[in-house]
Amino acid sequence: MPTHDYVAHAPGYVDNDGPKIVTSRLVHEDSHTLERYEATNGYDGLRRALDRTPADVHEEVRNAVVLGRGGAGFPAGVKWGFMPPGKFPYYLVVNGDESEPGTYKDRLLMERDPHQLIEGCLITCYALGLSQCFLYVRGEMPAAQENIAQALNDAYAKGYVGKNIMGTEFSVDITLTWGAGAYIVGEETALIESLEGNRGMPRLKPPFFPAAIGLYGQPTIVNNVETLSNLPWLMLNGSEQYKAYGSEASPGSRMVAVSGHVNRPGVYEIEQGVTTFRDLFYGDNFCRGIRDGHELKMFVPGGGSAPWFFPEQLDLQLEGRAVGAEGSMLGSGAIMVMDETTDSVKAALRLVRFYARESCGKCTPCREGTTWEERILQRIVDGEGRPSDIDKLLDIADNISPGPYPVAADPAQGLEAVPFPPKQTTICPLGPSSVAPITSTIRRFRHEYEAKITKRDSIPVMSAPMASDPVEVS
Amino acid sequence: MTAVENEKSTVTVTIDGVAIEADPGELLIDAAERHGTYIPRFCYHSRMKPVGMCRMCLVEVDSGRGPALQPSCMIPVSDGMTVDTESEATKKAQDGVLEFLLINHPLDCPVCDKGGECPLQDQTMAYGPGESRFVEEKRHYEKPIPISDTVYLDRERCILCDRCTRFADDVAGDTLIHFMDRGNSTQVNTFPDEPFASYFSGNTVQICPVGALTAKPYRFKARPWDLEETISTAWTDSVGARVTVQSSRNQVLRLLGVDADAVNWGWLSDKERFGFEALNSEGRITAPMARTEDGLAPTGWAPALVAATDALRDVDPGRIGVIGGARLTNESQYAWTKLAKGVLGTDNVDAQLGDGLPAGAVLGLPRATIDQACTPGGTVILVGPDPKEDLGALFLRLRHAVVNDGTTVIELTPTRTGLSTIATHSLHPRPGEVGLLAAALVDATSGPARDAAGVSADAIAAAAASISGPVTVVLGRASVADAADATVDAAIALGRLDGVGFLSALRRGNVHGALDMGMAPGLLPGRVPLSAGCDAFDQVPAETGMDTVAMLEAAAAGEIDVLVLLGADPLADVPDADLAERGLAGAGTVIAVEMLPNASTLAHADLVLPAAAPTEHAGTFTNLEGRVSVAEQKVTPPGTARADWMIAAELALRLGADLGVESPESMRAEIAAISPVHGVLTEAALADGRVEGVLIAGSSIDAPTASGSTAPANDAYSLRLVASRRMYDNGTMLQASASSAGLAASVKICLNPVDFEKLGIDAGTVVKVVSSRGELMAPLAVDHGVPAGSAMIPANAPGSNANALIDASAAVTDVRVERA
Repeated sequence: MPTHDYVAHAPGYVDNDGPKIVTSRLVHEDSHTLERYEATNGYDGLRRALDRTPADVHEEVRNAVVLGRGGAGFPAGVKWGFMPPGKFPYYLVVNGDESEPGTYKDRLLMERDPHQLIEGCLITCYALGLSQCFLYVRGEMPAAQENIAQALNDAYAKGYVGKNIMGTEFSVDITLTWGAGAYIVGEETALIESLEGNRGMPRLKPPFFPAAIGLYGQPTIVNNVETLSNLPWLMLNGSEQYKAYGSEASPGSRMVAVSGHVNRPGVYEIEQGVTTFRDLFYGDNFCRGIRDGHELKMFVPGGGSAPWFFPEQLDLQLEGRAVGAEGSMLGSGAIMVMDETTDSVKAALRLVRFYARESCGKCTPCREGTTWEERILQRIVDGEGRPSDIDKLLDIADNISPGPYPVAADPAQGLEAVPFPPKQTTICPLGPSSVAPITSTIRRFRHEYEAKITKRDSIPVMSAPMASDPVEVS
Repeated sequence: MTAVENEKSTVTVTIDGVAIEADPGELLIDAAERHGTYIPRFCYHSRMKPVGMCRMCLVEVDSGRGPALQPSCMIPVSDGMTVDTESEATKKAQDGVLEFLLINHPLDCPVCDKGGECPLQDQTMAYGPGESRFVEEKRHYEKPIPISDTVYLDRERCILCDRCTRFADDVAGDTLIHFMDRGNSTQVNTFPDEPFASYFSGNTVQICPVGALTAKPYRFKARPWDLEETISTAWTDSVGARVTVQSSRNQVLRLLGVDADAVNWGWLSDKERFGFEALNSEGRITAPMARTEDGLAPTGWAPALVAATDALRDVDPGRIGVIGGARLTNESQYAWTKLAKGVLGTDNVDAQLGDGLPAGAVLGLPRATIDQACTPGGTVILVGPDPKEDLGALFLRLRHAVVNDGTTVIELTPTRTGLSTIATHSLHPRPGEVGLLAAALVDATSGPARDAAGVSADAIAAAAASISGPVTVVLGRASVADAADATVDAAIALGRLDGVGFLSALRRGNVHGALDMGMAPGLLPGRVPLSAGCDAFDQVPAETGMDTVAMLEAAAAGEIDVLVLLGADPLADVPDADLAERGLAGAGTVIAVEMLPNASTLAHADLVLPAAAPTEHAGTFTNLEGRVSVAEQKVTPPGTARADWMIAAELALRLGADLGVESPESMRAEIAAISPVHGVLTEAALADGRVEGVLIAGSSIDAPTASGSTAPANDAYSLRLVASRRMYDNGTMLQASASSAGLAASVKICLNPVDFEKLGIDAGTVVKVVSSRGELMAPLAVDHGVPAGSAMIPANAPGSNANALIDASAAVTDVRVERA
């Protein structure tokens, strides 16, 4: 029995007894090289795919119900089917702009197993009959860019990518490109804008989704890195074996990145829809409990954009539909755990500040609303809050995301869950994401806000003077 | 479902409980507005692509999946759609968006030029929360910053609707302003050290929904509620862009574009928009002037008219000449033609100054409208000036057609133009040889291609193959350094294309009205030749008279006793400065009818009669399509200046003839009665066409005949001159416009890098340019848009005027560049 623990050369990855659909090579120090990849069934999935018809490969993926791992959890096989027939060229765009707060799983796959991703791209291109793929990697991930670039060069040299792949009529070019440091470019339409050389601002959808009108106005499939990394294994082992993992609605495995107040934070490949949050936080195979014997106070179940969960939701399985019904989302699989020492107002401020800074500025409610929220929260934290601020925050939130905002049930207050997703007055979900920490914490910990407002020790002023302003001394 | 329902061409949408019929694909916001439901908006503009950014137009839409807030500017209507623009959810969203927009808005309405006509103010009153809950410090920026010579930007007031940036990028193609930074720090700005130097910058001021963009000529001049306005037609070029003229205290303060669907879509060039400044300038002639020993001195109307009639009385009609008239209204042109041809009996009348085209090239060829030129999938062949420089609003229409509707542009121009970047083919013939190129192009549509005018057979074949759909030739003088013959030959050649139409690109304000009113040798009002006669005239000249160049040659030979300049400046505009100078000096009495004194007036006029400006008297203009539109009076003329037609009538009376003209209306009635083509120009039609105008079609003028002239070969040391117009030049009206005067770039000689290298002289060095006619000094510049073998000097640029080099009788102008 090997010692399962952190893998030194794959930072954050925890090698345990879980499924190994996408993380099988991470234990190897040279997992990013073509030699290791070829030695571990590398490009065999593609070889299998090329022996079948494209429609057959598409059917295999559809049958396996490979849920998108970027956040929305939409089945990839179904999404592929949305491209209008005959409107060539089609494009595949790989979303490697992983920047959801708390998420660091795609980075591992890009840095440590780039060939698996490339093979996944090739299988997708073959299934959909397209010949151009763009790999968009986050600007702040130079190691991922370098390793993918090296892998692409090697794959081109070996004839896995390029013209007449493996001696067949199938040809694909893969272009590597990287971002300039904007969170919102992780949103697929903003990513397409960025790829076209424009400011990374989302496009309105509906009426048109990228599958119909995407990159350069052509039908475009945008898939997440982890989603595509599933395909080589799937081609090799078949959808039935794939579905042997996980639950019926959410087959297969998925990677989760746990951070915060647990004893062993890290990236775990878990079975979808089987493992519960309690298993994950407290299980010996996973995070091994809350740090230093503290109590769990709250956790974010699916990236910074997800409404928060509390101890009552611990026994929920990590399964998209169930989590959605309970008022949040699994999103990108980033789980942030907070114990009872955490100040909920400060924690909310920290996340809201992120969204305010990352708002692209395109639409009014997000551009103005997120910064306003941040400034009110900052004022409350600074001891300059007003009693009216709490309801004001909730109303601003309502103007960004109208109607009841998704939130977890609170049995103590007799409050029921509001299911995901939220409504929005904005173009993209960034604005509504900023609302999640506010509604989640005010509903559960209103008293913490009130304490900060009423027990203040300074008199609120209209606006705080700048630190550099001269002070008149009489 | 019955067959009738299957064929239904509209969709039914229920808006606030009322079922309406809308066109499929129509945006919800438009369909609602057409049926009387105004949905508030900031970013949406009907002439630009919707972006759905401001979120003000959110309404509750139910397309079958339950009501949801949707931006009505982005949602096309669909059958069965139910819309609630007044639901609680809609109101809450609109209320919320306005609160968001206002939290960082400075609310400096009392000192803001937009206050009183501000969509943000208006919509806050109608849909807003009434009170702000924002207690934080607002966003601060330096205010305002100049982003160009005429436009100021106040980033605090800006609500980031993307209208100005979209206009600059999508409509004008001058991507010089853009969003910078992101989130709450997003701002509109220029790139460092690159001002918003666009010919169309004023449009951004007009479409700004707040007071963020203001234009220098109007800043702090008036409050909107003190303005009175009337509709008119821009007079600085021949597009006939529709405008509202706004004034306060009897002074014109602002022009705004009016959205005429057939013409300018609401857009104006800055020259059209700010040209009114010249009318308010200190230099306006306010009283008649007569030449004394000390130069021109003010006098009264009575002595001035006596002097004028004394000069005109009993003169041989062949020794009288009238140059100019393109500035005048149709009515004034009619009166002056009636005076010159019907009373004085001379046919020496020419509204063009040797820099235009013969009347037959405009009136004798099948004409096209702007809409026809912009036909989706059609082809535009440009044989003429750069529309971006000369005809700004037409350029915007053409650009829209190319970028959005797949119109093909083929340029046959001597240099690169503003359309080159979007043209399918840019063929640059040697100056003076465009006729040969056009013939080769037409031949290549049905047979093998050949080299022509310095353009390769391959390039011509490719261009010929790209011609598709209806073809419109935009026809004008690309350069005044070569004769009009080659352009005419090109028109005749292109006339062989199936169903081709011609859109005139003559540039002067009402030059097309002048042609229609007979202000050209051989013409009478109504697009008829002299031989057709005119019932309203006492007499009609028997023989075709002289054009401007011929008149000046005759004057130089002492054969002209009276020369009338109707808003003409031959010294600046005739492409032969030497001839203009000799002609004006040799003429007997020179009578100028002018608004502002120009070089020719100051140097040579014996008598100056002050004329009223377009905003100071009523009339109509005719644009390059032949479309007649009204120009109403808004203010009174300065001093004793009066309408041109009144001056003509007064002179006629004193000469013992009654023109019978009493008012613009009476003249229009007379024109409609005597003209074979103006019958449609009734007062009722003008009232109906208050915005779109009345299109006058048909003509009895013959097509021009081929000149058969060929340009002589030039020697190896010479460059062939191209002298083309720029939007901003040394013209009298432009130089009298305070905010535009400084925008005219000074003269330079632009060479292709190949020729530039051969010279071995540094760029910027002042060189001597010599032709057989004259010489001038100009700095040297490299220009990749000028073909090798050619040299380009902007016409009438401050510094030196290229017409000093040009011989009006030569086919082309060859120049040599020498070290100064």
